[in-house]
Amino acid sequence: MANPDFHLQFQDFESDEGLLGSSREVTEVSIDDPVGKSQKQRRVPGGAAQDEDTDSLGNDDTTQLLSGQKKSAPFWTFAYYQTFFDIDTYQVKDRILGSMLPWPGKNFVRLYIRSNPDLYGPFWICATLVFAIAISGNMSSFLSHQGSPNHTYVPDFGKVTIAATTIYSYAWLVPLALWGFLTWRNNKVMNAVSYSFLEIVCVYGYSLFIYIPAVVLWIIPSEGLRWCSIMVALCLSGSVLVMTFWPAIRDDQPRIAIAMILSLMALHTLLAVGCKVYFFSSGSSINHVVTQTEVIETADPTRAH
Amino acid sequence: MAEVDESNKPLFAGLSDVSISEDIPVEGEISVPVNSQNPDDEFSTLDEPVKDTILRDLRAVGKKFVHVMYPKKSSALLRDWDLWGPLLLCVTLALMLQGGSADSKDDGNPQFAEVFVIIWFGSIVITLNSKLLGGTISFFQSLCVLGYCILPLTVAMLLCRLLLMMTPEKANNAFELIGFILRVVVVTASFSWSTYASTAFLADSQPANRKALVVYPIFLFYFVIGWMILTFATSS
Repeated sequence: MANPDFHLQFQDFESDEGLLGSSREVTEVSIDDPVGKSQKQRRVPGGAAQDEDTDSLGNDDTTQLLSGQKKSAPFWTFAYYQTFFDIDTYQVKDRILGSMLPWPGKNFVRLYIRSNPDLYGPFWICATLVFAIAISGNMSSFLSHQGSPNHTYVPDFGKVTIAATTIYSYAWLVPLALWGFLTWRNNKVMNAVSYSFLEIVCVYGYSLFIYIPAVVLWIIPSEGLRWCSIMVALCLSGSVLVMTFWPAIRDDQPRIAIAMILSLMALHTLLAVGCKVYFFSSGSSINHVVTQTEVIETADPTRAH
Repeated sequence: MAEVDESNKPLFAGLSDVSISEDIPVEGEISVPVNSQNPDDEFSTLDEPVKDTILRDLRAVGKKFVHVMYPKKSSALLRDWDLWGPLLLCVTLALMLQGGSADSKDDGNPQFAEVFVIIWFGSIVITLNSKLLGGTISFFQSLCVLGYCILPLTVAMLLCRLLLMMTPEKANNAFELIGFILRVVVVTASFSWSTYASTAFLADSQPANRKALVVYPIFLFYFVIGWMILTFATSS
């Protein structure tokens, strides 16, 4: 899982003396210091650096490229939140594709996000996934009960609420915990890569995309196909997650690094398997158990007689 | 402050002296732009009967319904927004989706509040999304358009309920299947109509390279409402 390509890139930056200070600061900018951001990365429309920053004209271009921040505003203004939605259609497409196709040695954050994390993708991917789970869960329960004559189908709207709670809390709380953990470890051991909270949210949001086609496939009432699609989706998005977060934890003690990666994978698996078990087979399995016990109860008296 | 005024006074006095001493006739026309008084302006609403006021508002709502039914890229829906029509449509839809009894536990139909919240919260989120992506349309205009474009889906809901009522209690499977296929057709048609109409009104306010990002949430919104209408089942 070592990432030589990425390491080499970073060395390249380090060798450039003029950039060392500024790029170092820029890569470590996180969401919670908007004031620092506004001082360091203000962009002047003309392209030249006219503020009190010491960047020369040549450096400014590179700094902009590295930081990707177009403008900054205080957090109570609308313009501040617009920076999180500063994204075009082709970028969203690229990020979705990148989250589904792991490529050895490619870092999702550095390749696609480049410290311009958006919230558009995570938010709408989560919304789509919520409704995809609710709708296909309802359809699968409809299909599984279709044969039985005395069962009238009623839609279960409560699935939307439960799915929304699960998906949104996964997509926000796990990145929050991960960010806290990485920040804590960064204080102890200096890691080569550090991610901001928004970058982690962005990675997690996009990594959920692969579950949308998988969930739609789960409508087909075949357990083999369901488990198969879960495995494929888990391998693809899980390996993207691992390859993204491995550089951030690589320099730590191996025991902690491996434990963190394993818990990431465990949580990802838990989400997929939990959704599958709760939304797609609970009704039918309960029915199965009920019919089995009925069969036993009806069988017992005859045996006794 | 007083000192400043005093020091300024001689200056102005001198100026006025100059202008008057030239003995130029100080005459002229001050043209104040006066609005031409329309006979049917808002001016007369004070002494008109209440019936006229309500009818005028209803007529405005009805005119917008027609615009939704024939979406011709006209900006009449955008120019003067109101939220009466969306409220009317939303309440009608939520009431019809309510199903039979609100108390029964096994009735999984969405409750009134759930439909209401999905429609209003959904359109607010879509509007915020389009504003954050850099749209030029104002907040309430977008809410108004999204609310009015539920009209085809409300009509579909009405048709679905009629279809369900016409289906007899103990119908055979073939009859049920035909009814279901009819409902699918109606809901699909109205869903695409809603999406097309709202896109025709809203998409122009966006930068060209972000249109798909704005249209997708609208598509999802109407798709979910369409799904709620399609899977509506009367509890027996």
